[in-house]
Amino acid sequence: MLRVENLDVFYGDAQALDAVSLDVEEGAIVAIVGANGAGKTSLIRAIAGMLNPARGRILYGTTDIAGWPSYRVCNLGIGQVAEGRQIFPTLSVAENLDMGALLPRARARREDNRKRVLALFPVLAERARQAAGTLSGGEQQMLAIGRCLMGAPELVMFDEPSLGLAPAVAHNVLGTIRDLNREGLTCLLVEQNVALSLKLAGRAYVLENGRITLSGSGAELLADDRVRSAYLGL
Amino acid sequence: MTASVIARLSEDVPHRTIILLGIVLAALLIAPWVVNDYLLTVLIVALYSAYTGQAWNIMMGFAGQLSLGNALYAGVGAYVAAFLFTKFGIGPWIGFLACAPAAAACGAIIGFLAFRFGVAGVYFAILTIAFAEFARIGFDHLAIVNASAGLFLPVQQYAHNDLWRLRGNPMMFYYVILVATVLAFILCRLLLRSRIGYFWLAIREDEQAARAAGIDTFRYKMYAVMISAAVTSFAGVFYAFFYNNLFPEQVFNIGRSIEMVLGPVIGGVGTLFGPILGAFVLNGLAETLNSAMSAAGLDLPGAKEVFYGLCLLLVILALPEGVWPPLARRLGIDKGMR
Repeated sequence: MLRVENLDVFYGDAQALDAVSLDVEEGAIVAIVGANGAGKTSLIRAIAGMLNPARGRILYGTTDIAGWPSYRVCNLGIGQVAEGRQIFPTLSVAENLDMGALLPRARARREDNRKRVLALFPVLAERARQAAGTLSGGEQQMLAIGRCLMGAPELVMFDEPSLGLAPAVAHNVLGTIRDLNREGLTCLLVEQNVALSLKLAGRAYVLENGRITLSGSGAELLADDRVRSAYLGL
Repeated sequence: MTASVIARLSEDVPHRTIILLGIVLAALLIAPWVVNDYLLTVLIVALYSAYTGQAWNIMMGFAGQLSLGNALYAGVGAYVAAFLFTKFGIGPWIGFLACAPAAAACGAIIGFLAFRFGVAGVYFAILTIAFAEFARIGFDHLAIVNASAGLFLPVQQYAHNDLWRLRGNPMMFYYVILVATVLAFILCRLLLRSRIGYFWLAIREDEQAARAAGIDTFRYKMYAVMISAAVTSFAGVFYAFFYNNLFPEQVFNIGRSIEMVLGPVIGGVGTLFGPILGAFVLNGLAETLNSAMSAAGLDLPGAKEVFYGLCLLLVILALPEGVWPPLARRLGIDKGMR
């Protein structure tokens, strides 16, 4: 569904991604694991059209979307739940959700999508009129995911969805991602909770200093000594 | 058509708000019949400031793009309209059809340069100042509009008001700027309730998040600048025909740009009614100060500017949201009035 080939991304002179290639099959959860500064967020931002890659291809189906502006990428069906719960704090919860449904691809299906999102996160219906900034951290993350789903995406890239959440809440968020995947959503998951994300993932990649150094099924990486010592502290 | 616009305007607005707005409008409609000539001029200046404040608010209050150079758009509007009138006898309303695209084009150039090359925040503000200054210096040397000697509209005694050519007494000008202010208010409300308004708010709140949500931020920021510029240009047309003279040093002066910012900042940036309230509060207080000083026999040049500075300081310290949001809450009409 999504295939990244030899992607190079620079910030000025500094190289963030070096010949990164990966594959996301339809219906899969693919995890990307790596230390801070390894290039995980750069990868997501490049796919999302928020960073221009210097070289390489990003194939969505058969279309090369490298260098496309983000609104066109979104409208193809590639959504993202960005790091740090980027909600619109002074707008109400309902308005935040509406914002996700303004993509051309999603406008006609707005009411259906809203019902689906509110069924998934009933707390958002309770807080519909409240300013989004007054929600708890977990609720804000639900809102960020809900807003993304309002755009009727086929593939969602999650950037550190459990960051800064209490362990139980983080567990819930990852459980939601697993449920969404079971309903058919393809997921690209960047997550600091390596053990959990490898358990969820069908396939996983290890990113170090902008390079893919290891890849395999989630179970294989969980059993790999290098992964265990570097990311799981075992 | 009309019915649907009215329905859209009053959607989610409490009755109390509509009644209060009606009272304010009625008072403004009656005002010129009960005040003297001097106060009428003060009211015209206040409405002018309310109008330009609303236009500025579209760019900064809704879309989060700080302009400190909106005098450029008023100046372009003023010069284009005055030029067409003095050289070709083309009236202001037809002239406005040329002014609005001209100002929007200036806005588009600034917007394109800034948004394409990632000039944002204070740097964007500096760019807007720079372009207003380019215009000031450029027009100062532009022979076709008499350069620094200024452009003058012919003043005659008119037997009756000529609304079509915008020649007449202050009462007529008062109603023209009042109608313009009301129309700008309606425009702002409609914009905010539309998809474009939602996109602007998203960009203002968090531009990265807006991009991540699939909003074409470049395009919608361009719209904000161009609409704000086109709306502001009518203020320039009004200015030219009301004062009958134009000097680059005057109309493109950064002071004019700052004055356009003060009303909304004092009234409440990003609110619908704030720019109007702020304009009246500021001009009302400034005139009170003026008459108090002349009553005391004081003549201090620059006192008004110092006073503006103090007002700004007070509002930022005591009411960072501006005067209107807390007042609206007190009146119980803060719902549905964003």
